Amino acid sequence: MALLEFDDVSVTYRSGGVDVPAVRGVTLSVDAGETLGIAGESGCGKTTLTSTVLRMQPKSAKVTGQVRLGGEDILGMSWGKIRAVRWAQASVVFQGAMHALNPVQRIGDQLAEPILLHSPKTSKASADTRVGELLEMVGLPARRAKAYPHQLSGGQKQRVMIAMALACGPQLIVADEPTTALDVMVQAQVLTVLAGLVKDLGVGMVFISHDLSVLSSACDRIAVMYAGRIVEEGPAAEVFDHPKHPYAAALAGAFPRIGDTRFRYAPAGLPGDPPFPGDLPSGCPFHPRCPRAIESCATGAEPELLQVGDRRTACLLVQGASA
Amino acid sequence: MSSDLDAPRTLTPRAIARTRRRESLAGFSRSFRKSRGGMLGLVIILIFITLALLAPFLFSRSELDVTQATAAPYLSPSLSYPLGTDDSGRSVLALVVWGARVSLLVGLCATVLSMFIGTSVGIMSGHFRGFTGGSLDRVTEWFLVIPYLPLAIVLATVLGKSMLVIIVVIGVTSWPGTARLIRAQTLSVGARPYLERARALGGSNWHQMRKHLLPNVMPLVLANTTLAVSISILSETTLSFLGLGDPTAVSWGSILETAFDNGAISLGAWWYLAAPGICVVLVVVAFNLMGRAIEGILDPKEEII
Amino acid sequence: MSLFQEAGVPGAASMLTRTSRGVNPTARYVVNRVVAAVGTFFFVIVFNFFLFRMLPGDPIALYTKGRDVDPEEMRRLRAAYTQPIWEQFVTYLKNPFAPGAQSVRYNLPAWEVIGTRVWPTLLLVGSATIIATIVGVWLGIRSAWARGKRFDKVSTNTTLVLYSMPEFWFGMILLIVFSAGIFGLPGIFPSGGLSTPGVDTGTPLGWLNVAWHLVLPVTTLAVIYLAEYSLIMRASLIDEMGQDYLQTARAKGLRDKGVRKRHAVPNAMLPTMTLIFLNLGFVVGGAITIEYVFSINGLGSLTVDALRGPDIPLLQALFILFSGAVILANLVADLLYGVLDPRVRT
Repeated sequence: MALLEFDDVSVTYRSGGVDVPAVRGVTLSVDAGETLGIAGESGCGKTTLTSTVLRMQPKSAKVTGQVRLGGEDILGMSWGKIRAVRWAQASVVFQGAMHALNPVQRIGDQLAEPILLHSPKTSKASADTRVGELLEMVGLPARRAKAYPHQLSGGQKQRVMIAMALACGPQLIVADEPTTALDVMVQAQVLTVLAGLVKDLGVGMVFISHDLSVLSSACDRIAVMYAGRIVEEGPAAEVFDHPKHPYAAALAGAFPRIGDTRFRYAPAGLPGDPPFPGDLPSGCPFHPRCPRAIESCATGAEPELLQVGDRRTACLLVQGASA
Repeated sequence: MSSDLDAPRTLTPRAIARTRRRESLAGFSRSFRKSRGGMLGLVIILIFITLALLAPFLFSRSELDVTQATAAPYLSPSLSYPLGTDDSGRSVLALVVWGARVSLLVGLCATVLSMFIGTSVGIMSGHFRGFTGGSLDRVTEWFLVIPYLPLAIVLATVLGKSMLVIIVVIGVTSWPGTARLIRAQTLSVGARPYLERARALGGSNWHQMRKHLLPNVMPLVLANTTLAVSISILSETTLSFLGLGDPTAVSWGSILETAFDNGAISLGAWWYLAAPGICVVLVVVAFNLMGRAIEGILDPKEEII
Repeated sequence: MSLFQEAGVPGAASMLTRTSRGVNPTARYVVNRVVAAVGTFFFVIVFNFFLFRMLPGDPIALYTKGRDVDPEEMRRLRAAYTQPIWEQFVTYLKNPFAPGAQSVRYNLPAWEVIGTRVWPTLLLVGSATIIATIVGVWLGIRSAWARGKRFDKVSTNTTLVLYSMPEFWFGMILLIVFSAGIFGLPGIFPSGGLSTPGVDTGTPLGWLNVAWHLVLPVTTLAVIYLAEYSLIMRASLIDEMGQDYLQTARAKGLRDKGVRKRHAVPNAMLPTMTLIFLNLGFVVGGAITIEYVFSINGLGSLTVDALRGPDIPLLQALFILFSGAVILANLVADLLYGVLDPRVRT
């Protein structure tokens, strides 16, 4: 049984009188000890999808399908169970650690908060010890617990967020763009910490990023999302080096590999913008920007996600070729 | 083939700017019309302005003359006197309608004065760094800290009892709030690249302030003006009530003053007190509604009630 | 635009960008604010001096109106006025509070007159402010949390209307309804004053009597103040509710109430408390008009009497007093903020 399973999940919310399908029929799974990367541009639905794991999607959102954590459907749980699940079974490292911390509380208090919340009988002393342990796990000295968020650097704040995510020993961590706002050196540090934790603690991780190159080195598998659906999914290195879907290829091509002379001739970037989820193009939603689109991409039905070997792809051309 | 190529176009920058401004104005009024609060406020204010302008035609000035009052004092509302009569037998309705003229006029003039001072000081203190800007800011802060009513009382006592004094007093005491707001906006606009460009091109301070800063703070000024009018009207009412206005002028505040001084409360003449007060509340609420609607349009993230 | 820029919290916002180097930043902040407050007060004194010299007509006559001043003193006063303005200023600075300045009307030193009238004002304004703060803050929190729903719409619209009312008018309406009685309903509250004449206010029964007299004026002020406080609290909390760290708190498994009580509200209280202090000028204005309407013998009605004269020495003293009180309140607000917000403190 997988640790986390998305079973044909769709999330639709109402905005300005229109139904906006942010996520459409996504099926994915993550096992314990495995890292799944979700890649895509802004607005493709990756954050909305993962917000369902802790049932933190916007109040106006309608969710169909099942999101199973440890076999149990999150969406059907009682409110009390959800609060117990939050942080203790699965936690989130939010995008933008700059503001995800309460600016007027000490780091130590914020780290201790979920511990005391989920095990109310914990003594102050043991909570403090645990806080010290957590900080050391992410490479920060334990005495930093007395600091306020504004006294820490961006990278340090991000590591505090990771430490906080570990506080209750969850089985799954969702890391939403954990390295996006950081410079390259700090990025490498944070990625090392995350990889170490996955190895040592055996947690499952969902890693969201728009940077495919980061995902290729940090994750076991990658799923690429576009317009609310998965368009390609498979082993990380494979997807990055040999992408099958044109969008995945464009994403991979957008991040230069130093020393690769071929790269200078590869198309950099795509024309246009991702479609607004409430107003999707006909047929394959990617066809207006696709460099290899054919007529049936626009006129036919939306291509399904078909599995070939260890790769799933949603593209008529790929499916035609392997047929 | 597009037929636009054939049509003659005047592409002078001025023409473009003018069309753009016209379009944005049209867009603004469209959004404003959608706001229920704003439209309600506008309607109320227009009604009051109309009443104020038509006052001489609705009630002759003699109705305000104490010596010519024919009715009995303190009559409760009736068909012939819809708002009853005052302590001298004058129709309260006539008083209130005529009072609208003074209250609205004083409120508007005081606001113009306070907005003018406030915007100028705000832009200048935001734009000029160093001693000028700093000292302007200090002056603003000083005026902000001093409690409004004691200052107004002191000024009015020194300057005398007339409506002009009231206008000046209100203008001089309420500009700091605007100045602070405009200063903050100027500082944030001033950091933007096109201002740097203007400076690099050799634009003088006056040019920068007039052509770039001012148009950019204008929307904020507009929103603030409507709120400032409501404050001015409340201030005028208070100052007249305390007896600092022109004793011969009839404003809503002075009606309340006369009513209070002549014991309207103990006599239970509620109509005499309610009418001018309700007018003040209606007008102030109306301006507040309009101000909030404008704020909502200019900054969609802002809270709209 | 942040609430802070609107209110113009003097100096605090810029403090946030200071780095903590060298001298303890808290100490530096405190000294900075105290110096600013003293500076502002100094300008009040200067203003006081020059303003009253602008009076039209013979200032001496105005100064001593209604009093029997012996010719010797008159000559002295006139001599003082003919000195060059700078010499007068220096003399004034030596003794800006002019303890000897006689109130024209009462024939007593102005400050002595003020001394006897402080207590009623403190009682009135103090009770009104305490009630208004408690109720206003609660209302603001409830409204912000129930934003957009019926409770919020009703309370926000009501407070907006209340905030648009002249407070003295509201007081008069309350008087006419509950004291004089209209439409056949009897009035049950006293029509003014702080206590019924003849009642000894030192006894518990006397206190009840005073409380009875205070019901209407305190209600008037409290209602008007709480309208403003609740709007401030609501805006502050809504600002805070948009912050990301609340999402973190919720993800940790905190209940809505917990998120509110432990994170959102404490953070929103900071700017709210400061703004409430900063609006003390507003409170002073209310005190003046309400004491007048309800015939309460405090500093407010003293001010109204003084402006009728005009009793210049008294007005000068009152102006210094009111300004000083508000400057002090602003200083306390600044200090409170500097002490409570760790971003400024460390």
